[in-house]
Amino acid sequence: MRRGSRHLNSDDVMALKYTKKVMDHFLHPRNMGELKDADVEATDGSPACGDMMTIGLKIDPKTHKILDVKFKSYGCASNIATASVITEMVKGRTLEEAKKIKWNAAAEELDGLPPVKMHCSVLAAKTLMDAIRKYEKMHGLLEGGEEELSAENIRLELRNIINPEMGIDIVRLKMVKGISVKKGVVKIRISMGNTDRVYEDSIREEIEEHVKAMRGVKRVEVGFST
Amino acid sequence: MKVYMDNSATTRMLSEVVEAMQPHFTEKYGNPSSLHYMGIEAERAVDESRAKLAECINAEPYEIIFTGSATEANNLAIVGACHAGRKKIITSEIEHSSVGKVIRNMERRGFETVFIGVDEEGFVDLKELEKKVDGNTALVSIIHANHEIGTIQNLEAIGKMCKEKEVLFHSDASQSFTKVPIDVKKFGVDLLTLNSHKIHGPKGVGALYVRKEVKLEKQVHGGMQERNWRAGTENVAGMVGFAKAAEIGVREMKRNVAKMQKLRNALVEGLLRIENAQLNGPESDDKRLCNIANITFNYVEGEALLMRLSEQGICVSTGSACSSKSLQPSHVLKALGLKHEQAHGSLRFSLSKFNSSEEVNYVIKMVEKEVAELRKLSAYAPGKKAGYYEEREQAFE
Ligand SMILES: Cc1ncc(COP(=O)(O)O)c(C=O)c1O
Repeated sequence: MRRGSRHLNSDDVMALKYTKKVMDHFLHPRNMGELKDADVEATDGSPACGDMMTIGLKIDPKTHKILDVKFKSYGCASNIATASVITEMVKGRTLEEAKKIKWNAAAEELDGLPPVKMHCSVLAAKTLMDAIRKYEKMHGLLEGGEEELSAENIRLELRNIINPEMGIDIVRLKMVKGISVKKGVVKIRISMGNTDRVYEDSIREEIEEHVKAMRGVKRVEVGFST
Repeated sequence: MKVYMDNSATTRMLSEVVEAMQPHFTEKYGNPSSLHYMGIEAERAVDESRAKLAECINAEPYEIIFTGSATEANNLAIVGACHAGRKKIITSEIEHSSVGKVIRNMERRGFETVFIGVDEEGFVDLKELEKKVDGNTALVSIIHANHEIGTIQNLEAIGKMCKEKEVLFHSDASQSFTKVPIDVKKFGVDLLTLNSHKIHGPKGVGALYVRKEVKLEKQVHGGMQERNWRAGTENVAGMVGFAKAAEIGVREMKRNVAKMQKLRNALVEGLLRIENAQLNGPESDDKRLCNIANITFNYVEGEALLMRLSEQGICVSTGSACSSKSLQPSHVLKALGLKHEQAHGSLRFSLSKFNSSEEVNYVIKMVEKEVAELRKLSAYAPGKKAGYYEEREQAFE
């Protein structure tokens, strides 16, 4: 069975030991705190899931450059470190540039994260994206209006769901076997393959959380097969 | 300062134990199955260790099977005992995974399983248990002292009930051994698991007590070792070390327990002075292990706190060491009725006789400091429920 993705140090992955960079960002987080004069703020996650974070952005209205960014986190070392590194990566960039920085780029910048912890890293990236999207909406920067809900958009969103055993997203692992959308009801079929069934619940919860947040979704049904 | 307070995960070996093991690596390294004098010497060491361990729990030497770990002993007890036609296994919701997962797995072999719930202190509901035990029950398995919160179950009552109903009774005593007196006859257990590395003995060895009338099905096939109960050349040094640690642990029990109790209570008192902190599991000394304190620090994520304490030289656990890799909050804390966010914010401090009051004071000071730091940075704070932020955002829009 394949474990961990290319850029991960397999020793670190198996033992759930963090890299030096993760520890550095975790113990000395950059851009942590509250941005008093934030132009936009977004919060994601929940205490019950074990991580929750808030990101605030200060944006230049003319150039759309991110002038300042700050975050607060109730989360594990991996979540705090990713938030720290991703806020560093987007500071001074334009919104367009910032949107291209995904969670895996942040994980790579940290020299890798344990597979089971990848989803904490996704949360940090997602919160940032939410803040950007919200700002764009507030200032009429979205081109072509709202995206329509489609199987294709949902598949894109599912790229953010990580198989905790492998540390790779479920789309790349070809675990998504079918997506149907009908009147706001989304049905998703997932194949667990060789993945331990104990992860079923957490994968289901993640999918529901992500897809429910998409515009026009009324209900999400996730089915599993081996 | 370096402080090890993770003794429920594993312990430092006693120097007496290391000394007792030493000759079996380089001088007395014979195979106990060999007929020559080296083999006889090794066999004698195994026999002596078996007798010593048996004495510690009021058993006969031939009732002890050495295994490669407590996990293996639990597997042998459960899988080995469930072979005689009865199709139901009863256990609790707060077992160690080496019992809980094995029993779950038996469902695939057609067994019905029952997981009995616990009260907020972690005590198994005895009435509920008795109701479920019937003529189709192959085995009842209830952990003696819990590995996360320390609750000590009333084995005597369960043993008596199982005897009346003629059902086999197993208990995992990995955490209680040398901290609570163990008497297999008084407890009325048929099978009992012991762990070496939790009592200052070596890793790689465990033991299962099997009452002489009980018939188990062999699980590891091959040679005739352990009176044909478990194949594989004996871990002679491990057995010698285990027995030595048990002997010393039982001999010093009273003194060690008093010391750990005192330190643990001072630790709890200090930690509960931190705002929004709560003790999980029983409060009174006679209901729980002398060395475990499981505490929730609300509004803090447990792993982040653990990693920060580690930077300060302090070793503790979030819940059970074995389960800190999974995303799910501890099943033990959930069984007590804790909310997910309370379970996520909990740490387990577990002491040994090697800890000191200076260490306790240092730990209190550092936990206080790190909890305050993390709370300062936390997106989740007292009085602000999850919805708070969204409401504020809407007001902003
Ligand atoms: C209650 C209990 N049972 C069994 C075990 C398993 O011990 P080992 O990993 O040494 O087999 C442990 C150790 O974590 C334990 O705490």
